[in-house]
Amino acid sequence: MTVHPIIAALRKHKAGVVLIALQIALTLAIVCNAIFIIGQRIERVNQPTGMHEENDLFLITQQWVGAPSADDPAGLEKLDSMEQSDLAALRNLPDVASVASIRSLPLLRSGSVGGLGLKPLQQKSTINLNFYYGDEQALPTLGLQLIAGRAFTAADIQNKSFRDQSEPPLAIITKSIADKLFPQGDAVGKVIYFDSSSTPTTIVGVVARLQSPVDTVGSSLTWNSALFPVRQVANFSRTVVRAKPGRLEAAMRAVRPALYAVNPMRVIDEEHGVRSFADIRADAYRADLGMAILMSVVSLILLAITAAGIVGLTSFWVGQRQRQIGVRRALGARKIDILHYFQFENLLIAGIGAVVGILLAVGLNLWLITRFEMDRMPVIYVLIGVLAVLALGQAAVFVPARRASNVPPVTATRAA
Amino acid sequence: MFVHYLTLGLRSLRRNPALTVLMVMSIGLGVAASMTTWSVFRAVSGNPIRDKAAQLYTPQIDNWGPQQNEKGEPPSALSYTDAMALMRAHQATQQTLLYPVQLSVLPGGNRSLPIAVNGYAVYGDFFPMFEVPFQYGSGWSAADDDDRAAIAVLSEEFNQKLFGGANSVGREITLDGHDYRIVGVARHWDPKPRFFAMFGSSGFEDPADFYVPFNRALDLQIDTAGSNSCRGELTSTGWDDWLHGNCVWIMPWVELDSAAEVARYRQFLEGYAADQQRAGRFAWAPNVRLRNVMQWLDFQHVVPPESRISLLVSLGFFVICLVNTIGLLLAKFMRRAAEIGVRRALGASRREIYKQYLMEAATVGVAGGVLGLLLTAVGISGTGLLFKPEIARLAHLDLSLVGLTLVVAILATVAAAFYPAWRAAQVQPAWQLKSN
Repeated sequence: MTVHPIIAALRKHKAGVVLIALQIALTLAIVCNAIFIIGQRIERVNQPTGMHEENDLFLITQQWVGAPSADDPAGLEKLDSMEQSDLAALRNLPDVASVASIRSLPLLRSGSVGGLGLKPLQQKSTINLNFYYGDEQALPTLGLQLIAGRAFTAADIQNKSFRDQSEPPLAIITKSIADKLFPQGDAVGKVIYFDSSSTPTTIVGVVARLQSPVDTVGSSLTWNSALFPVRQVANFSRTVVRAKPGRLEAAMRAVRPALYAVNPMRVIDEEHGVRSFADIRADAYRADLGMAILMSVVSLILLAITAAGIVGLTSFWVGQRQRQIGVRRALGARKIDILHYFQFENLLIAGIGAVVGILLAVGLNLWLITRFEMDRMPVIYVLIGVLAVLALGQAAVFVPARRASNVPPVTATRAA
Repeated sequence: MFVHYLTLGLRSLRRNPALTVLMVMSIGLGVAASMTTWSVFRAVSGNPIRDKAAQLYTPQIDNWGPQQNEKGEPPSALSYTDAMALMRAHQATQQTLLYPVQLSVLPGGNRSLPIAVNGYAVYGDFFPMFEVPFQYGSGWSAADDDDRAAIAVLSEEFNQKLFGGANSVGREITLDGHDYRIVGVARHWDPKPRFFAMFGSSGFEDPADFYVPFNRALDLQIDTAGSNSCRGELTSTGWDDWLHGNCVWIMPWVELDSAAEVARYRQFLEGYAADQQRAGRFAWAPNVRLRNVMQWLDFQHVVPPESRISLLVSLGFFVICLVNTIGLLLAKFMRRAAEIGVRRALGASRREIYKQYLMEAATVGVAGGVLGLLLTAVGISGTGLLFKPEIARLAHLDLSLVGLTLVVAILATVAAAFYPAWRAAQVQPAWQLKSN
């Protein structure tokens, strides 16, 4: 088959050719960026927090009513004993496996962030990180994987007012921090300084992973966390509970009655007072998942519309060229030749569209990078996109092309 | 003639149902995607206080310094020390400080379980500055602020819950075990985004239940229920150290009625920061900002990135749908070249052909608009998939959106038809008749 007659024929349909090519180009530009965004969001949503069997976990947030201030020693003592009785009551529940006092959880979107340095009174922090405060039960309850050193013991735990910002003497850090500060792998036993402090903190353990409460987008903050052996005391408390396998709902239901029985003067929010970790996770990633769904739907509809457009315009051309097709058939062209003619014509148009589309796709990606801090799109997405639109073109053109190939040679002899 | 073209248009739509359905769907989907995402964008990017957006300013003072601040920008809230200094200087016509508080209340007396309610600790100027409407009573005076009075303003909704909507001015309310005398009940008031309390908030939470005097809240050592951000060496161990440390958590607002006042206030801020530097509290040159409402919302990135991206994607989608429609209209019109030839030969002018085919496109646009409207309604009910519930709630199908959907659908389709209709009008009558 020679290309020349096809190009000559296309010259007669400049507008249609430009429209199909333009549509393919725009579709390609949007679809490959959309697929890239979908891929990124799905990857983000699926990343592990570092906690084991996290669907058995839930978080209780409650606020005391008429409680003393944690700022004076007597108040601190009182609040601490109130929290201790809560913890004891929760541990006695039949469906509860373990319970820990904690200040935050991965993906909770509420937590503390601070700085860390290797020298005392260091003005500019070496690393920014998340601060987790919890008791000796926190690490086993969350199911963090300890890869070096030891976990906290009950003797390590301090009770401190929420406002007391003095530095804790001990910390467990994540592997990401250990790798950065102590590349030789000897972080345990080393001394670090938090928040430009002059008080040293000793690293007693390293955990494989512990995701940030506040950052989900994958910045340097996401995996840099430290766990302190501190039970923070304030007029509110957070408690993480691990239910026995499969008993999550029963355990969650039992919480309110149990706590109100200990002390009714408290607020446990109807909606968010007792939340499963699955719910916290879904909430944190709602926008990411929604974006992935939106992009998928948009891409699918776009491809369908583009295909429909190709079918429409090609059908019109086939109708217009009935006589010419008849003449070709009468002059000896086989059905397959006619079919190939339209298929090749489409490939040509889609090819032009794809070339323009590649430029548009890369341009759109660069613009998204500057405007929305998106990452650079790997070439593979563009290649997949190109193949997809070419395949789409071929699929769409098949029906009208087959209709064309069925035009009988006798059409040539009829008047139009 | 108009009606005639319209019936012609409708008849022609029935002639190629497949092509027509394709065009209508194309327009409908494109316009629905754009309108759904627009409804969210419109809600989150709006001006929450149109009358006064240009008079209300929030000052920022860098108390963290170049080592600790965020890429040179001062923090988005003030420390207690700086906030109080601004209040004492009183350089604006009206000024307030505020921070969010969460307190508990026993809605049914001592026998009920306590519930948590949210409010703000504010100064008396808050109410006139932000044009808070009142149902009963009023806000409080500067004298009440100075007296550190135990008074409160309730929201209409909270008053309904507690007092069944009756005039509760003069009655007492107990919040977290402390009594407050009610001086006013505000009418429903919920500017979105809540520009005045953006520190650590998306700006779209539920409206406040109550307002209490700032000074009273401090006396009771009520913690902020919002963000509290501390940088630098942290040494505090209790309320007083914490208050005087470099933690930022207070949101300041001032009302400045003219450009001269704004310039003067900016100068005052610079001067204040310079004084702090001279006094040795700041080891850096003055770094202050003074932003009005819209500048502030922009700086706080109140529009979620998902909203911008989804709007852009759906506009791109709409453009492709239109390109598709141009192609389909071209195919549809040119199929009838012979018919056009006859009409032209019988004396129809090019102009009339042009008009007829634009009219036909408009009927497609109307059908696409109606479909778009239905799909927009579906889309808006699905915004919760992408946005947080408090934002998704803001998107709704009102009369202006209905109108906009129809107008955009029709105008876009007619615009898409310019070229195909022009081609139709260019048909040579002689050529068509001959080939027939």
